[in-house]
Amino acid sequence: MPVVDSSALDLTRITGNLGDAIAQVVTAHGETTLITTRERVIDVLAYLRDGEQFEMLTDETCVDYYPKEPRFAIVYQLNSLSRRLRVRVKVFLTEYDKSIPTATDIYPSANWAEREIYDLFGVIFEGHPDLRRIVLPAGYEGHPLLKEVPVTVEEVAFSFNRRRIDADKPYARE
Amino acid sequence: MAAQPTLYEAPESVLTESNVQLDITIEQLKKLVSPRAFTGETMLLNMGPQHPSTHGVLRLLLELDGETIISCIPDIGFLHTGIEKTHEGKTYSKGIPLTDRTDYLAPLSNNMAYVGCVEKLLDLEIPLRAQYIRVILLELTRMNSHLVWLATHALDIGAMSVFLYCMREREMILDVFELVAGARMMTSYFRVGGLWRDIPAGFAELVQKVLDIFPQRLMEYEKLLKDNPMWKERTVGIGVISKEDAIAYGMTGPSLRGSGVNYDVRKAYPYNSYDHFEFSVPVGSNGDVYDRYRCRMEEFHQSLKIIEQAMKRLPAGPVMVDNRKVAPPPKHEIAYSMESLIHHFKLWTEGFSVPEGEAYFAVESGKGEFGCYISANGGPKPRRVHFRAPSFYNLQALPKISRGCLIADMVAIIGSIDIVLGEVDR
Repeated sequence: MPVVDSSALDLTRITGNLGDAIAQVVTAHGETTLITTRERVIDVLAYLRDGEQFEMLTDETCVDYYPKEPRFAIVYQLNSLSRRLRVRVKVFLTEYDKSIPTATDIYPSANWAEREIYDLFGVIFEGHPDLRRIVLPAGYEGHPLLKEVPVTVEEVAFSFNRRRIDADKPYARE
Repeated sequence: MAAQPTLYEAPESVLTESNVQLDITIEQLKKLVSPRAFTGETMLLNMGPQHPSTHGVLRLLLELDGETIISCIPDIGFLHTGIEKTHEGKTYSKGIPLTDRTDYLAPLSNNMAYVGCVEKLLDLEIPLRAQYIRVILLELTRMNSHLVWLATHALDIGAMSVFLYCMREREMILDVFELVAGARMMTSYFRVGGLWRDIPAGFAELVQKVLDIFPQRLMEYEKLLKDNPMWKERTVGIGVISKEDAIAYGMTGPSLRGSGVNYDVRKAYPYNSYDHFEFSVPVGSNGDVYDRYRCRMEEFHQSLKIIEQAMKRLPAGPVMVDNRKVAPPPKHEIAYSMESLIHHFKLWTEGFSVPEGEAYFAVESGKGEFGCYISANGGPKPRRVHFRAPSFYNLQALPKISRGCLIADMVAIIGSIDIVLGEVDR
């Protein structure tokens, strides 16, 4: 499988311009990940858009690393259409302070992606213009992609366990 | 003298939380619609989710001044099935059938993004024959996706015969899928490490039939629509989005190229030996409905060109990697080799483990950049699987595109950005 060549990414220039905002640079599978902090993420994204021509925020998502700490990571996939380069920016958040400034001012495409993360993980995006649930109904309680929500599989019903399975089902009976 | 009874007392706001039906507070609604909606000067109109031209279950709340759209609030999630969560409970190979169900009109593109991402995490080198067969099927998938788009888009605008013609041609492509995978829509034919099996006899003839018939059929579609004054009246200059806005909203695929941005994942980040083939990327200029239509129509010709080259140069060899920790052993080996039996047993019960790490792999599906992000935890099940659905981001630009258009044009715009709600909601 040909791997995307990210050698054209000038890491020394990026780390030189951003200074201590970049906590760590990880390169694996031909992809570069810049790990930054919640306080500096807006600076990093703004610099990458204006200084390194990463015009498009391809994707933004969240990962739950439970039981590791810090537990959550917000992952931004940036794409430079003019330079044909990708870079990933990652911010770790702890379980007790799940909030991060919104990227919608820099990349309008972050709008729905952040709503989805809020919906499925409960991460609060400060300053987001329209932070409400997007795929789940507004009355839904909880955030289903958190690891404490089990991936339930309904037991297969046979004649010997059919009654027991039926008794556990949450529907009304007379 | 008794006070005159007032005939009508104007309420402070005609909108309440209950009559908007968006599960939204009035404070939040104020940010989404103009103040005129609260005095009743403009009208809020509900479109969908059960509306034939929303291509599934998309609900739009439109603010109208007469027939002009002032603002548009998409309401999605009616088809949310929790595919990403379900992946966390499945081994890597059992996750493949789930990917078919995201963009159900282009199942093989989704398979490709997913298996490509797992292969990237495993650093697997796929045999060339498997790569070429993948290319042929991916291009057929793109044509399949575009045929459904053309059919429904034309039907929405009122050209019914195009719908019937496109569905007729789509049968030929579905026949190819049925031959190779046994299923017409939910194929799951690509596996981690290669393909489920080699192409069966009769494949070349069926593909050749597609290659022979398609050019003349494409001419028929062009005759019906390309210079049709009624079609142009409905599409030229409608739903314009500028280059800068399209990039800012994360639009990809023909919807982005219609605005004049030459970005195609097959060219920018070649995967699957796409760099072995000669093809061009059609680019529009005006960013309107007509240009997006032209881009997709030209892509039919490019897909045919790629398929023809791949069929001609299809190399011999295996279609699966020989790494037994990932690929199941051939059936005849199991009969006499103990190791093969153990590998087979381990693969179908426990599954293979993927080393800890993360990867993003994108393919150019019919709708745009379909990406897959996997965070692996070292075990046989992924920690997190996320799909970057092109329709999700293209749809996000809809309020921007439709502002100031007439309500009748809304149908044309939704058709031109080519959304599939299965992948929007996942």
